[in-house]
Amino acid sequence: MDNNGYDDKKSAAEQHYDFPQMLAERGVSRREFMKFCSAMSAALALPVTFAPKIAQALDEVKRPTLVWLEFQSCTGDTEALLRAASPTVAEIVLDILSVDYAETIMTAAGHLAEANLDKVVKEEKGKYIAVVEGSIPLKDGGVYCCIAGKTALERATEVCGGAFATIAVGTCASYGGLPAAAPNPTGAVGVKEAVPGATVLNLPGCPLNADNLTATIVHFLLFKKLPATDGFGRPLFAYGKRIHDNCERRPHFDAGQYVEKWGDEGHRKGFCLYRMGCKGPETYHNCPSQRYNEKTSWPVASGHGCAGCSEPMFWDRMTPLYRRLPNVPGFGIESTADKIGLGLAVGTAAIFAGHGIISAVRGEDKMEGKKREDLKHDKDRR
Amino acid sequence: MTKIVVDPITRIEGHLRIEAEISGGKIVNAWSSSTMFRGIEKILKGRDPRDAWYFTQRFCGVCTTVHSIASIRAVENALNVKVPPNADLIRNIIMGIQNVQDHVIHFYHLHALDWVDITSALKADPARTASLAASLSDWPLNSTTYFRGVQEKLKAFVAKGRLGPFANGYWGHSAMKLPPEANLMATAHYLEALEWQKDVIKIHAILGSKNPHPQTFLVGGMAIPVDPDSQNALNADKLAEIAGLLKKAKDFVEKVYIPDLLAVASFYKEWAGIGGGVGNYLSYGEFPDPVSGKLFFPPGIILGKDLSKVHPVDHKKIAEYVDHSWFEYSGGQGKGAHPWEGETEAKYTGPKPPYQNLDTERKYSWVKSPRYEEKPMEVGPLAKLLVAFASGHQETKDAVTLVLKHLNVGPEALFSTLGRTGARGIDCLITAQQLPKWLQQLEENIAKGDLRVHVQEKWDPSSWPAEAAGYGWHEAPRGALGHWIKIKNGEILNYQAVVPSTWNASPRDHKGQRGPYEEALIGTPIADPNRPVEILRTIHSFDPCLACAVHVLDATGNEIIKVQVK
Repeated sequence: MDNNGYDDKKSAAEQHYDFPQMLAERGVSRREFMKFCSAMSAALALPVTFAPKIAQALDEVKRPTLVWLEFQSCTGDTEALLRAASPTVAEIVLDILSVDYAETIMTAAGHLAEANLDKVVKEEKGKYIAVVEGSIPLKDGGVYCCIAGKTALERATEVCGGAFATIAVGTCASYGGLPAAAPNPTGAVGVKEAVPGATVLNLPGCPLNADNLTATIVHFLLFKKLPATDGFGRPLFAYGKRIHDNCERRPHFDAGQYVEKWGDEGHRKGFCLYRMGCKGPETYHNCPSQRYNEKTSWPVASGHGCAGCSEPMFWDRMTPLYRRLPNVPGFGIESTADKIGLGLAVGTAAIFAGHGIISAVRGEDKMEGKKREDLKHDKDRR
Repeated sequence: MTKIVVDPITRIEGHLRIEAEISGGKIVNAWSSSTMFRGIEKILKGRDPRDAWYFTQRFCGVCTTVHSIASIRAVENALNVKVPPNADLIRNIIMGIQNVQDHVIHFYHLHALDWVDITSALKADPARTASLAASLSDWPLNSTTYFRGVQEKLKAFVAKGRLGPFANGYWGHSAMKLPPEANLMATAHYLEALEWQKDVIKIHAILGSKNPHPQTFLVGGMAIPVDPDSQNALNADKLAEIAGLLKKAKDFVEKVYIPDLLAVASFYKEWAGIGGGVGNYLSYGEFPDPVSGKLFFPPGIILGKDLSKVHPVDHKKIAEYVDHSWFEYSGGQGKGAHPWEGETEAKYTGPKPPYQNLDTERKYSWVKSPRYEEKPMEVGPLAKLLVAFASGHQETKDAVTLVLKHLNVGPEALFSTLGRTGARGIDCLITAQQLPKWLQQLEENIAKGDLRVHVQEKWDPSSWPAEAAGYGWHEAPRGALGHWIKIKNGEILNYQAVVPSTWNASPRDHKGQRGPYEEALIGTPIADPNRPVEILRTIHSFDPCLACAVHVLDATGNEIIKVQVK
């Protein structure tokens, strides 16, 4: 046994799944790998002492299969994955996962590609992980999204229905997202609504933060179960806290220091963006701590408000982008903003279970009264 | 006659289906169909025009900045807003690095596996690979040790028997021509480019908070403040970081991408005679000078492959047809509609899924058919370069001449599948070399004490006219992109995008003229109809982006007609 912890005498099968060896083959040092594990434990909101345990869990991985389906998507979530924060190792994690189907990167096309997917669905029933990007249109028999002559719904039912678990990446796959925004021309819904029988975990965001996907997979490997979620099916480790409560500009909010105009002195000095329409007070996501592109930045840090992109139906509920949220006064924020967050959460959760979410949200939502008026002339909306 | 279907076309953005008839080992007829529709323009109706960029950005997550740019330009055009120089230059840097990164990803991760056989790389001699690479450039990783390392990784991967995304590829196909050493070199750079792309695009995170979908665009400027004396604004520290990343971008393009492109192309010269297409080219030009407004790449039109004349572009001559698309015009078939004046109703008349074949005699796609004076136009890096070349643009002339000389071919070789792929590389090179100049201009402007990033006067909708109309153009990585907007009482009355892949992926029009993909496929040889990698070569040479291409105008059309009457 060498100091990398693997034995030359192991069987071929054992070596096949020998993670340290796989790392070594890919030119990744133990040190780099431990760094990745620390990053993952940060994303998972675990104490740093968990890092060795994550490493151990990955060592024991038996290379589960992952298939990545795209429906009414913009491919932004696939692109997010390509920018993953610890990419040398993220790539290896992908490799370990054996990505057998992913339209954007796979070599084969047409029936040759479909054969790869059919093989997984047939031979690994109940064992593979399905990742879904993009919403699923239900209107008019699903004609608005067909792949290989089959509707998105037919594919999702077959593939997600037979998966061990389905991870909905991005807000479209989670809740319908942009295609489901009023008047929802194609009857778009998220995976859980389209395939109620599937085990679905939602990782919303537009696009999702790829660190949260990697962390979800590591969570599963480490604890042998899916992470705990909130009422919208989002893992608490990434969506358990409100942006406003973790925002680096929060002291400016409490001090009543706001950006009033784009490019003014307050904007240059990093004051609070609430008056420019920031939706941080209503949004649950780990952007302030996890950030994007190897923790380079996130919207508020760069000078633009949060758009609320991890919230169900944010396209209708959080717009217009530059309209400030009502009822978030300059002082005494704690109770009022919490109440707003809770009020919305409860209102949406009640209707989230059934169909017709969009029209219901539209009817219930009093936050954006003007927008509702704008839409009422649209006959298609129900 | 054999009819084959390739659905899904993979290694693209979005959902594309190709049906083709083969006779005598060649494609004799082809149909391009997009099979996904969202209706985002319909969703935009009645919303705040200042929000439109955030919605349209989600047309596509691959060309993740381009629809934001076109959208804010359309609104700024409608409201007659001129943005400050810092905003223009920041936008140039964001657009430029998008262009460079996107082209490299396309070449290595979307297109290369049509030409490169990874399994053949296993047989390569690493020492000979190193000397091949060293003969092409002085990239520091051109060593025997390096290529041996990559080959060993590859061998270990293949030995495990699970090829993941590489399963069922076109390995050992008779159309694959590269020697093992070139295959190993390209495979190594496939992996290197994967690392490189996520590094250089950090420029978007610095200037735009994140990538994909940067979030600092604003109608009237940018939301990233500029202040050398603040830690919360674009300061010297961040400018230096951008400079370092731009150098990294340029080095890779000059020393890896272009040498690889030339090496691969030299083994596939017959593809300079395949995939010509419609022969008409449209480019909107790009990269405005912040002071003069003059575009670095000039706009223009080339007709019938005639490089002796560049025609001006007039947006009024653009019209979209739906004779073979799943939409209805109230005035019936056979007529085109300008983006401002169109009226469309989505109406699917294709086969009930699941289906085997589309009814290609009638309607068969969610993409409409834009035409310029009733002519199909190809857009993209090739169109951009042909227009610039024929206009006498010095940087383009120099780069094109160099590449043609290296491959020992004439300008006619450009009108082809290989020409498209080569033009993308040349475009990438010129842009990568130009980017540091825009950064320098930005630094000089900040040094003068100009900290402006946004114009205030038209921000508040109460300052807008009751009605306004505008359009915004952007020469995106995939070509000529236009957004058209009509604003009424501070809200979007109508929104329309005619995007690069709408031009290129369009189905037949009212005259039965094929779209550019369809036309380019005619005559393409197919060695094995069961493994038609040749279709992928020509289709990928356009860099398809289908989510972008499909959109819809206003659902009723009535209000727009009313506006016209006024």
